[in-house]
Amino acid sequence: MSETAPADEGIVRYTFRERVMHWLTGFTYLYVLISGLAFYTPHLYWLAAILGGGPTARFWHPWIGVIFTIAIEWMRQTWRHQMRITETDRHWNRAVRKYIENRDDEVPPSDRFNAGQKQFYWVMLVSTIFLLISGIVMWFPELVPWSLRSVRSVAVVVHEIAALVTIGAFIIHVYMGLFVVPEGFKAIVRGYVSPQWARMHHRLWFNRVTSRE
Amino acid sequence: MQTLQIKAISGHAGPVPGHDAQREDAGGVCKVIDVTTCIGCKACEVACVEWNGYPFHETTFDNTYQTMPDTRWNYYNLIRFNEHQFQDGSFGWLMRKDQCMHCVDPGCLRACPADGAIVQYTNGIVDFRQENCVGCEYCVTGCPFNIPKFNSETKKVFKCTLCSDRVNVGLEPACIKACPTGCLHFGTKTDMKELAENRARQLRNHTSHKNAGVYDPQGVGGTQVIYVLHDITNPEAYGGLPSNPRIPLLVRLWKGPLKWLGNLAMFGGVIGVVLHYLRYGPKELDKQAEQQK
Repeated sequence: MSETAPADEGIVRYTFRERVMHWLTGFTYLYVLISGLAFYTPHLYWLAAILGGGPTARFWHPWIGVIFTIAIEWMRQTWRHQMRITETDRHWNRAVRKYIENRDDEVPPSDRFNAGQKQFYWVMLVSTIFLLISGIVMWFPELVPWSLRSVRSVAVVVHEIAALVTIGAFIIHVYMGLFVVPEGFKAIVRGYVSPQWARMHHRLWFNRVTSRE
Repeated sequence: MQTLQIKAISGHAGPVPGHDAQREDAGGVCKVIDVTTCIGCKACEVACVEWNGYPFHETTFDNTYQTMPDTRWNYYNLIRFNEHQFQDGSFGWLMRKDQCMHCVDPGCLRACPADGAIVQYTNGIVDFRQENCVGCEYCVTGCPFNIPKFNSETKKVFKCTLCSDRVNVGLEPACIKACPTGCLHFGTKTDMKELAENRARQLRNHTSHKNAGVYDPQGVGGTQVIYVLHDITNPEAYGGLPSNPRIPLLVRLWKGPLKWLGNLAMFGGVIGVVLHYLRYGPKELDKQAEQQK
């Protein structure tokens, strides 16, 4: 890691680049989420109003989606090695119930990312591929030849299912980051964590970065 | 009798105001197109663009009498020419006036997410209201007849209005007014259905068109625009008129069970994390540190 945190503030968890990358995906995802939900059900159509109205939301949704896709690709390039599922993660997965019930001392120690974070990463990555392909069809349905018209409705359903999958993952992600793991939000905003935090949540990573010093 | 009172609204939460406040009438308004007496003169096309204030389009030559490949956002109404050999070996042109069918169960309206962008009046006319349109083109996906057309400049979708602005003040649609052969008729659905059936019976009894019949597809609940065809068993021959049009299965799935499952899953997710917080709360650092000692 190139950056260092002020000595009294702890260990660098996310570099400046990583934080920019994360929040680029985060804010673009929020936009496509809100505009997408507006077009998903009449009961949420009012959401379009907070984005400047239906036509504006419809105009920007695909473009912001493209930026989101680029940000996801950036994330893939940056984290794909660290996000590889390992044997440790399989042990972690078996102990996921203990993790959920906050019996963390019984959960196998994690590296920089725990298996839950890795799964979130892969769910978003794979869903984005589906969202991108189906989204392009939905962007220009009038260009789909009439003989291939079923492609249009397939695209809509694929887009919707993939979006719902990401929403499920997103709810858990935001909940974990904001409520379950104190300091988690600070880590992704300011970039550093306390040694105690690192030791508790990512022991293998903590051991690695502290022994290097 | 028939009014422009609204019966169904796209993307609208809750029931339509005033719905069912009126007695059922004679099935709404209806246009009959008797393709057996259409001469392909395109007077209806001219009347349509004139009434709606659109320019006439340059024609394109494709080695047939087809003047242009498809309807457009500002060209609602197009005669489709097809060369056809009848069962008795004789040759003929099948000419079909193609425009919005004004389905009783409109796929465009079902697919539309924008509140009030597509409405269905109690007289059966399905109308697009461009001021509420967001340009998502879900209607393009929902339509089984390939009718809604996108204006890429204004990002709005357009189609035949069945001259709702004329019908509202007691006039017949512009195309009906212009037709010189009388192959177009306009009236109540009940009357027009009877007229069409009589014409089909006449064709069966007195001509060689033994399969003559009325096209009023039930897959979309019937339509407010109906055809008399020489051969009801082969509507596809008339420039791709679908033999059993239905709102695409995936569109029905999307707007039906999938939406409810999705809503349930999202609600469930939020409720789930709230319950988790109430039951287990955050992962406190101090507690953990103490256990380590």
